[in-house]
Amino acid sequence: MSFLEIRNMQVAYGGIQAVKGVDLRVESGELVSLIGANGAGKTTTLKSLCGLLAPSQGEIIYQGENINAKPSYELVRRGISLVPEGRGIFGRLTVEENIKIGAYIRQDKTGIQADMQRTYDLFPRLFERRHQQAGTLSGGEQQMLAIGRALMSRPRLLLLDEPSMGLAPMLVKKIFETIKRIVEEGVTLLLVEQNAKLALEISQRAYVMESGKIVLSDSASALLKNPSVQHAYLGG
Amino acid sequence: MDILTQQLINGLVLGSVYALVALGYTMVYGVLELINFAHGEVAMVGAMICLAVIGGLVESGVGLNGISIVLLGLAAAVLVCMVLGFVIERIAYRPLRRAPRLAALITAIGVSIVLQNVAMLIWGKQYISFPPLLPVVRYELGGAVVTNFQIFIFLLSCALMAGLFLLVKKTHLGRAMRATAQAQDVAGLMGINVNTIISITFVIAAALAAVAGVMVSAYYGLAHYYMGFLLGLKAFTAAVLGGIGNIAGAMLGGLLLGVIESLGAGYIGPLTGGFLGSNYQDVFAFFVLILVLIARPSGLLGERVVERA
Repeated sequence: MSFLEIRNMQVAYGGIQAVKGVDLRVESGELVSLIGANGAGKTTTLKSLCGLLAPSQGEIIYQGENINAKPSYELVRRGISLVPEGRGIFGRLTVEENIKIGAYIRQDKTGIQADMQRTYDLFPRLFERRHQQAGTLSGGEQQMLAIGRALMSRPRLLLLDEPSMGLAPMLVKKIFETIKRIVEEGVTLLLVEQNAKLALEISQRAYVMESGKIVLSDSASALLKNPSVQHAYLGG
Repeated sequence: MDILTQQLINGLVLGSVYALVALGYTMVYGVLELINFAHGEVAMVGAMICLAVIGGLVESGVGLNGISIVLLGLAAAVLVCMVLGFVIERIAYRPLRRAPRLAALITAIGVSIVLQNVAMLIWGKQYISFPPLLPVVRYELGGAVVTNFQIFIFLLSCALMAGLFLLVKKTHLGRAMRATAQAQDVAGLMGINVNTIISITFVIAAALAAVAGVMVSAYYGLAHYYMGFLLGLKAFTAAVLGGIGNIAGAMLGGLLLGVIESLGAGYIGPLTGGFLGSNYQDVFAFFVLILVLIARPSGLLGERVVERA
């Protein structure tokens, strides 16, 4: 059985059938990406996985259990964490408060302290700015904060929605290096990206989504060489 | 007697009560962006419950001293209002969470009317007097008089405000409340049960309102089924003055409004040559509200940090 398996999921969002039947699986420890154009339904898919949207049909099986339409506050406790599109940091909380609130579900004080230190090691800029209001951070710093905060819940499955969006190339590189490191530490990761080339380069497998449906799935290396993928998403 | 000192003292005492009620408006606005117009009525219910318990205890002739009786009445008021706050949110506002803002606002006014009328049916239309269980002690202070009641009200309000401030700023729960106020969806992603946080917010707000209602009725020696209306409106003004949604703002706005009102009432007679008297006290609150809405709608502390995309 797969770690995460989506079967024929359909989601309506704002009166529109945004996801029209998605089948997707992620194995434990994998980095899988979901690529596709703007409006293809990628974000809707992720939102359904973490309880922000309820699918109208289909099943989401996570660790052998149907989690369809469970509230997000419960899914975090089962190890699913989302870094939302646009980062969703709490702008009027300090950087440190944002990080602490990432560990909201945990009670182990020493573990939380250690993980905070780890987050600061991963992103020294956040340590420098820990007492600042998070809303005053730059876009790149906010993305680091959003990822650091999501890791504080010790997720087993991390969902990342467009981590490269609006960031300078140097920062994108840094974020993607961090993503690789997170997977190496044993977190299973599902990445949604418009920057298909970057996503495929670090993923093991990938799905291509178009108009609410999965149209292609293969190993990332095969998709990188696929002429239609190259043409549509890699500028080739 | 020094009018300025006297009115400053009166204003701070009254203002500390406004601040307690204003906190409820601002906290609920913070998490739901709803002006809970029933909030003043919760304070009224607090006063009524307290008086009912006091009356019962006095009649039953139990051998308790005055302070114990009043404290029992206060405790009962707080408990009943906490339940009331929880129930109001649950049955009146939660079903409208996704409805247009106006629907919830009208419902709030509806809840307020219901509470007033239920109170009128239970306790009648007449003023109910607060029994003289506690001896009034007067102290001289810089040419003015301050009573033990005033000192107690001011100190208890300040203690409650300080407690609330620490709760919101320093604790796990407070962080969750602030996160919920900023982005409910993201708060859920952190594992915060947003519904629970909203319920807790209503319960805390109602507890503060209950204390305020009891203090007002003890201070003026009277309670009335309609008392929540004016108290609520003034506290709302205080919350807007400080910047709605801002906790420190509600405290500042409450104290400031109390002082403005008292000074206004104290000086309006001499300034108008006796044409207008201190019975125009209530006008000042609304004058302040209008001025704030024109000049600085975000309130004194209502400035928000720029959030970059």
